[in-house]
Amino acid sequence: MSTLTALARAQAASTAAAQPIATLRHVHISDRPLVFVPLMLAGEANAPLAAMVGDRSAAPTLLVVPQPRNRDLRFTFAGELADLVIRYIDGFRGVTEAVQANRGRETRYRYVQAPQVLVPNPPGVRFVRLLGRSTRLRRSYGRYAVDPSVPLLGQWLTFLGERAEHPGSSMLLAMTEALGMHWATGQSAVEDGNLAALMGWIDPPAGLSATVAAAAAEDPLTWPPAGPATDPTFDNEVLAPAIAAYDRAAGDDGAQRRALAALETALAGQLRPTWDLMWRAVEQLRRLPEGSRVASRWAADRDAFTSYATYLQEGGLPQPRRDSAVAAAIRLDRLERAQAAYDAQRALDDPLVMAEYRMVGEAFAGTVVAAVPDRVDSSGPKRKLRPHITVLTRDPVRLEPGTSVVAPPRVQQRAQIVSLSPVESGTEVVLELSGGMGRALTPAPGSVPALGEDLCYSALTESYQPPGRFPLREETPWTHGGPPQEYVPSDDDAVEEWS
Amino acid sequence: MTSTVSTTERRLDRIRGAVEARAHNARTIAALTSNPGCARRAVMDAAGVDKARLASHLGVPAPYGQSQFAITRGNAFEAQVKADGCAELLRLLRERLHLPIPEVAYDDLDEVGGNASRELRHARSRALLGRAATGAEDAGTLFDHPLLRLAVGGRWVYLEPDLIAFQLAGTFRVVEIKSFAVVDGQADGDSVAAAAVQSAVYVLALRRLMRDLGHDPGVVSHDVVLVCPENFANRPVAVLLDVRKQLTVLERQLSRLARIDTILDGLPAGLTVDLVADEAGAPTRSASEVAEALRQVDARYAPECLATCELCYFCRDEAQGTTSALGRTVREELGGVELVDTALGLAAGTLAPSDEQVEAAAVLRAAARLRIECLRGAA
Repeated sequence: MSTLTALARAQAASTAAAQPIATLRHVHISDRPLVFVPLMLAGEANAPLAAMVGDRSAAPTLLVVPQPRNRDLRFTFAGELADLVIRYIDGFRGVTEAVQANRGRETRYRYVQAPQVLVPNPPGVRFVRLLGRSTRLRRSYGRYAVDPSVPLLGQWLTFLGERAEHPGSSMLLAMTEALGMHWATGQSAVEDGNLAALMGWIDPPAGLSATVAAAAAEDPLTWPPAGPATDPTFDNEVLAPAIAAYDRAAGDDGAQRRALAALETALAGQLRPTWDLMWRAVEQLRRLPEGSRVASRWAADRDAFTSYATYLQEGGLPQPRRDSAVAAAIRLDRLERAQAAYDAQRALDDPLVMAEYRMVGEAFAGTVVAAVPDRVDSSGPKRKLRPHITVLTRDPVRLEPGTSVVAPPRVQQRAQIVSLSPVESGTEVVLELSGGMGRALTPAPGSVPALGEDLCYSALTESYQPPGRFPLREETPWTHGGPPQEYVPSDDDAVEEWS
Repeated sequence: MTSTVSTTERRLDRIRGAVEARAHNARTIAALTSNPGCARRAVMDAAGVDKARLASHLGVPAPYGQSQFAITRGNAFEAQVKADGCAELLRLLRERLHLPIPEVAYDDLDEVGGNASRELRHARSRALLGRAATGAEDAGTLFDHPLLRLAVGGRWVYLEPDLIAFQLAGTFRVVEIKSFAVVDGQADGDSVAAAAVQSAVYVLALRRLMRDLGHDPGVVSHDVVLVCPENFANRPVAVLLDVRKQLTVLERQLSRLARIDTILDGLPAGLTVDLVADEAGAPTRSASEVAEALRQVDARYAPECLATCELCYFCRDEAQGTTSALGRTVREELGGVELVDTALGLAAGTLAPSDEQVEAAAVLRAAARLRIECLRGAA
């Protein structure tokens, strides 16, 4: 939480309307996302109870497990979900595009589209990950054989769950988080975890103020929880009798059909409000103009999708129960670099995000008040064009002389801070420019910021950061348990209890 | 000293009124320490007020309930672990934690001769645990449902005995049975954190009991045994959980809880939130009367209360317009300014800062200027 966001929350509370904390959209929103609203049985690790799923707001599919403690019914659910999800995912495996890699020496192909799964909240992401874990190690043969689609679903859900941890990825998004990146509400972060309350602030129903809408959203009768946890009162008063009725009707097809229909109606009533909210939230996000670097991050998602689809096609094994030490370290390193790049990209895209860095002196914006565009540095053996410009800023600058900075529209041009001098109206920063000005000793027209131009410089960089160096898997040091055994899913994994 | 205690007790009884006191458990104590600066909570809990019933009567019922599915599952799991004299638990202690347990006695302290007062049950727990600490028998002992107590805000509170204390060769361990799953060696972080604090409450209560009996409190291990279902099955797994950090926090918070006497001294003499019921079971005093009384005791609302205190909605309504209602970090980022309107006034420059607000005001004005500048083109 920064002062800027805190101030936006205060403004939201005072005006009773959500306030923007980004001027652009920083997540990719697919033309055809798969909205997935799961419910699970309270008290169990991962017992699916119901789900509403689909890629069109007008056509949700309702899946129900009439007796969530029944293993066979769980696998029926998993099979039905698998059919839907795999059909959706396969729909993106048509057209590919060629991508030049390694400075044009190699060409690889990636799908031009990729799946995007939207769940209401972070526990929804956790549910996807756990459902992936409980299904990916199953087998379609042997004891407790399941439909072949079940382990495949597990592999895809695990892939999506892991991808969701990758900063900047939009393949599996928790809606409350996607919204919370763009709007500040007049309530606390705790209350923002309730999708209905959050949407009440961002997009209150006609005729209602945001505060009234958010308060109404806390009544589980009007706005059932967005899952996967259910409302305990619903559990005790509606769900438990309905499940009991289903159990009692065993052996009587007609009665069981009626009991199932009653359960479906009850569960649809719990899911439908969230389903509608999800699509309203999608519309809200679509209305924001997309940041210029969103497409490149989505391209990275498409790369990941393409390579995992290829891996599966070649009969790839399911993800192990736990990463080996080296794999875990490599993954952590990758996530850290992705986080730094993602933070920098959002700031370079969006002045309001950059303002966070200006608040703390890590970026400064101002006007060019002096320029020596044809300054040449002849101190070295070769004369070099090194123009100087002076930027007057009101921001508190905490960058040291010698720091390299860039300004968003001129990311190809490096500027080095030469000096900082406080003046009456702020700070004058003298910058020495290099790059992006052509090859001659006089700069190409327009390549040096002109007098009066407004610019924002920061030390943020989105340039490639080399990965850390890690030992080979077979050279895992003894401190980390030595070389791990190759993971091969076992028979035990496949028949693991799911009760 | 005795007279002070009884005066305090009398005042607390008066605040609670003619209804029975609510018992504490490790969870409520853990919650109490999460907001030790809240006098309202300290007084209500020390007086044993039924906060859930109070909140309902005030028209702002607590947002919690427990699903019967969760309760059933929790009970079934606990029963499974404890079945046949804790056979499953012993297997875990031997196989997973490699404790050399030859044979074990099992003492259920749930009841003393049918029905028993808490004082009596506590006395019996105390006697048996004390004897186990003195005797150096080889055999281990499992004490199920020992009734422990802890001083909170200068008053004894009894802890609901949902634990097992395990004694082996003079060392005591707290065993906590929880029904959240450990999947591939990992469990939900929030659940583990909550279990750790609750276990720490028991460890502390057990250590104080040992100290009071003249034993070394160190005989109670800071490693608690957490028993959870493994993966997606009902098979239990045991892990040791080091609760040293939680113990430190707990002890500090409990000592910081202002002694209840000091808080009571600042309250009007006749104060009561009595919920005594009429024949139909409805409280006889009007909601506004009770609300008025409750407002006499200062609260310190933070959004975290929503997860831990039954009175949260009442206090949240009261905290409307304050920066802390938006979250502790929001308040800090707004320079600690108490009211939203003040923060906005300082940010807009329409309000002159007081001496201690000068620095915060400068930061707020800078933030406001940046927001205006960046949102001018957009929106």
